[in-house]
This record gives sequence, structure tokens and C-alpha cells, in this order.
Amino acid sequence: MSRNLMGIYTIWLRDVRRFWRDRPRIIGATIQPALFLFLLGTGLGRGIAGAFGNGIRGDYLTFIYPGIIGMSILFTSIFSAISIVWDREIGFLKEVMVAPIARWAVAVGKAFGGSTVAVFQGSLMLIFAPFINVHITPAIVITLIPLIFLIAFSITSIGIVVAARMHSMQGFQIIMNFLVLPMFFLSGAMFPITNLPRWMGILVAINPLTYGVDALRGVILGFSNYSLIANMSIISGFGIAMIIAAMIIFGRTE
Amino acid sequence: MNIIEVVNLSKGFKAKKGTITAVKDVSFNVRMGELFGFLGPNGAGKTTTINILCTLLTPTSGKALLNSFDVVTNQNEVRQSIGLVFQEPSLDEKLTARENLEFHAMLYNVPKAVREERIKYMLEIVGLYDRKDDLVNTFSGGMKRRLEIARGFLHHPRVLFLDEPTLGLDPQTRNHIWEYIHQLRKKEEITIFLTTHYMAEAENCDRVAIIDYGEIIAIDSPSDLKKEIGGDVITVIAEDRDKAKKTIEEEYNVSVIANDEGLHFEVENGETFLPKFIKKADFKILSISLRRPTLEDVFLKLTGRRIREESAEANTALKIHARRLMR
Ligand SMILES: Nc1ncnc2c1ncn2[C@@H]1O[C@H](COP(=O)(O)OP(=O)(O)OP(=O)(O)O)[C@@H](O)[C@H]1O
Ligand SMILES: [Mg+2]
Repeated sequence: MSRNLMGIYTIWLRDVRRFWRDRPRIIGATIQPALFLFLLGTGLGRGIAGAFGNGIRGDYLTFIYPGIIGMSILFTSIFSAISIVWDREIGFLKEVMVAPIARWAVAVGKAFGGSTVAVFQGSLMLIFAPFINVHITPAIVITLIPLIFLIAFSITSIGIVVAARMHSMQGFQIIMNFLVLPMFFLSGAMFPITNLPRWMGILVAINPLTYGVDALRGVILGFSNYSLIANMSIISGFGIAMIIAAMIIFGRTE
Repeated sequence: MNIIEVVNLSKGFKAKKGTITAVKDVSFNVRMGELFGFLGPNGAGKTTTINILCTLLTPTSGKALLNSFDVVTNQNEVRQSIGLVFQEPSLDEKLTARENLEFHAMLYNVPKAVREERIKYMLEIVGLYDRKDDLVNTFSGGMKRRLEIARGFLHHPRVLFLDEPTLGLDPQTRNHIWEYIHQLRKKEEITIFLTTHYMAEAENCDRVAIIDYGEIIAIDSPSDLKKEIGGDVITVIAEDRDKAKKTIEEEYNVSVIANDEGLHFEVENGETFLPKFIKKADFKILSISLRRPTLEDVFLKLTGRRIREESAEANTALKIHARRLMR
């Protein structure tokens, strides 16, 4: 067991190290959500002011801010998980797979690595708060960190399940179009989810990120559709199911 | 005492049409402490066999024990007993040389107290200590290979698998790498399982298994394998190849193998045979050569084909190159 813990730590350490070293990635992953927030947010905000009724409660820019943090967590987590496919392509995954640690520990190490990186990247989004007149207190930060971790852990685990059987980066576009972007659009990040057509409402309800964004909005802006406890329970339940799936899929040898 | 025991091992892959049987009912043993070689052409099943022994693949049937642990049911113990240098690159190029070894040492539970010491020692042996803090993507192909060899030895494995360790490297680097391996072999009690296309490397082994189309067709020490060949190998290029083949076979009662490079046959004592042969020949000889038998001749005799070092090497070198470009 201690051996597997060491294995999890080792894999985690590598992911964190590599992330920290990859400054262009950090900068890119900060600027992209900022573009959504300030350009798309400002433009859309002007055009549709009031169109969403009281679902927005105030400024559109403020409304999407937690959603944009959710987007940053989503992208960072998925990219971390997909790095497994990259590792497979460059051959490094074999080095990990023949090491004397259980294969499930590899999946868990990856999930922790991705979550840690996403906590960092998600928290970095807080630097934009002053520009849109959102006041972040230390109490909010303390609640946010475990929350972001939880969201990131769930999403990284989904990514690992997908990456576990993927043999080339060519599948990446498919994942972007059929998993990542729909998850983002259907999470309530950019618009309220209260008055949607039925089919869309169902997709929103089964999207784990919906509860993540709702919880972020609750903590940062003080209003949400569900309670923090409810949101966190759903995300945790989903995360546990996904990490177990990831551990099982990773454990199988061809 | 055997460190590896393989009994009736088979592995099939599902392909578009039916299955490819990469390893067919193979049985062999590797003795503790020996340098054991797998010699065979592309696609013979060398890497597949190693992948089964190192727990990356599950066999379709048969059994394999490594360090007396079953490779299917006792995977963790097997993995702790082995080190690997894969045929294809397997380093994290975004980490430094030292970090790659540290990652490995941590995964293999090398105690913290000796970790730094051991990493330093291995890096010194392969001559990379002064580059330890450089990212691996700044290394040449030969340097990367040396680092992988250092990594394979790092955790004191009982068995080290070297899958084509010198493929695509220039002769000088190849020699260097073998120096390190021999040096380390003297110092550490280790069994080495090598696969290769290079005859010279196979000649170095204590025992060699010749593998072709997934089957072991011969297994013995290089010198005993070569004893199968009568004595010296004569290669003749004649103007009328068919006539020459028939004449030689009838006249000297030997079997002649014909391929692109000419007619090959074996005689007891080449030096005295040649003058007589040339004098008597009633066909036009364009060229003639004499040499001591090599493992290539053994392969040629057993299969009628050559291992084709060149094309194989070019092939994999190309593959490796393509991979590097993809980064
Ligand atoms: N994952 C796989 N899926 C399908 N077929 C495979 C797979 N791996 C290997 N094969 C097939 O099994 C056979 C043996 O391959 P293997 O890699 O073991 O050969 P090798 O002796 O190592 O060759 P080389 O000298 O080129 O490395 C080949 O026909 C190959 O196409
Ligand atoms: Mg091979």
C-alpha cells in the first residue's frame, strides 16, 4: 500500500512539475478565459441586458464570472487527463505501466495531478475579480479551494476514463467537440438554466459541471439554484464513480 | 538455476483479417546471470515476448515465470524484479536527466537515503553527470539511449531487458553503450535479456535464441550454433547461376542456398578447397569469397533468408525519427 501511495505521489509530482515549468501553457490558459470574460461578456452584456430577466441578478459580466472560472477548471482538467494519450504516444506511459505499482494508482495519481493544477489555474482567475467589481474575501478563497479541487477531480477523472483507451491525439478533436464544449455550453456558465427547453434542461441536469458552476456562483456571488451541500454532494458522487471507472479501466491489461 | 522459464507461450493479436500470431508456442529458459540474446528479423515476435515477460501484455496461452514469479498472477513482484530499455524512446523529455531517474527511483521504491547517491553513480557511469540538470529534449539520440540504460539499472533489477538497445546509433556510440553494459554487468549481479538485429551483438551473448515468425528455431551458444555450419562459408557469383548450383551440388555433395547475393555453401576447409574448386569449375565464376561462419549463416541455413540488418535498421530509425518529428 505504501508503495502505491508513493506511486501516486510520484505521478502527481511529475504533473505539477511539468505544469509549473510550462509557462506558455499557464499564460495561455489564463488569457483564454479572460477573453471570454471581458470581450464576449462585455459585448453580450450590452446586447442582452435584461433579456434573461431576473435569472442574472445584476451585471452580465459578473454573472458569467464564476462560469468562466468553471471553464478554466474544465479545460485545465481535461488537458491534464489527456496528457496520458500524449505520454502513450511518446512512449513514456510504458515506463509507468511496468513500474511495480498498481495500475489503479496511476489513475489516481493522474487525477490528483490534474486537480492540483486546476486548483492553481482556477484560483488564478481570481485576479480578475477587482476589474468586474466582485469582492473576494479570505473566507471565499478558503471555501473555493476545496470546491475547485472537487470539481477538477471529477472532471479529470472523466478525462482519464476517455484517455485510457485512446491511442492517438487524433481523437482529441472529437473529445473537444463531443465532450468539452458541450459540457461548457450546457453548464449554465454563460446563461441562466432556469428557462430552457426540456431536452436542453435534461442535458444540463446530467452535466456535472452544472453543479460546479452553480456552487462557484453561490460562493462568489451569493446566489445559486441549489445549496452548496447539494452541489458538492452531487459533484463528489460523480467524481467517485468516475475515478472508480478510471481505476478499473486502467487496471486491465491487453 | 533459471531466472526465466517460458513454457508453450503464445500471443495472438486481433487484426482486420483474422488474428496475427506473434508468438507461437514458444518454450525456453534463461539462466541466472547470463547474457541471453534474441536474434530475429522484423516482426519475429521479439518485442511481443518481452512485453509479455514484463507484464505489459497478457499471453493468449502458456506460462512464464520470472524470478520464480508468474508474469500473469504476480505482476508486482515481476515488475520489481526487472528493468527495461524499450525498443522505442520512453523518456519524459520535458524533465531533466536527473528528474527522469528520480521519477524512476521513486516508482521503484529506491530508499530516499541512497537515491541521490545511486542516481549520481549511474549518471557518472554513462557519462551524463555534467548534463544532469539539462532537459532531455536537448540530448542527442545516443545520450538519450545512455540515460535509458542508466535508468534500467537504477533499481538493481534481477533481469534487465534491452530491446534493440543500439538500434539506429552510430558504431562508436554503439561500442560505448556496450562498454557501459559490460562494466555494469561485472559490478551488479544481473541477467541480461537482449534482442538485436546485429550479428556482432548476438555473438557476444552467452546463449542466443534464433526466432522467426514467432517460433524459436534454434537456441544455443553462438559457437555451438555455428558448429551446425560445416566449416567455412563460400559465396560464389557465377554467370550461369542454375548450372553452377547444379554442378556444385552434384560434384561436392553439399546443399547450396541461392539468393540475391549469390550461391552459398559450406565446406570443411575453405583455404585448401578454393584453388581446387576454381581449377575444376566448368562454369564462369564472376566472384568468389570465403569467410568464417556467422550467426547470419546459421539463420540463412535454417530459414533460407537473411535477417537483413540494413533494411530493418533503416525502418526503425525512420519510425523513431517520425516520432521525434511529431513532438
Ligand atoms: N499491438 C499489436 N497489435 C497487432 N499486432 C501486433 C501488435 N504488436 C505486434 N504485433 C504484430 O506481431 C508481430 C510481432 O511483432 P514484434 O513487435 O514482437 O516483432 P519484433 O520481433 O520485435 O520486430 P522488430 O525487430 O521489428 O522490433 C508483428 O507481425 C506485428 O505486426
Ligand atoms: Mg521489436
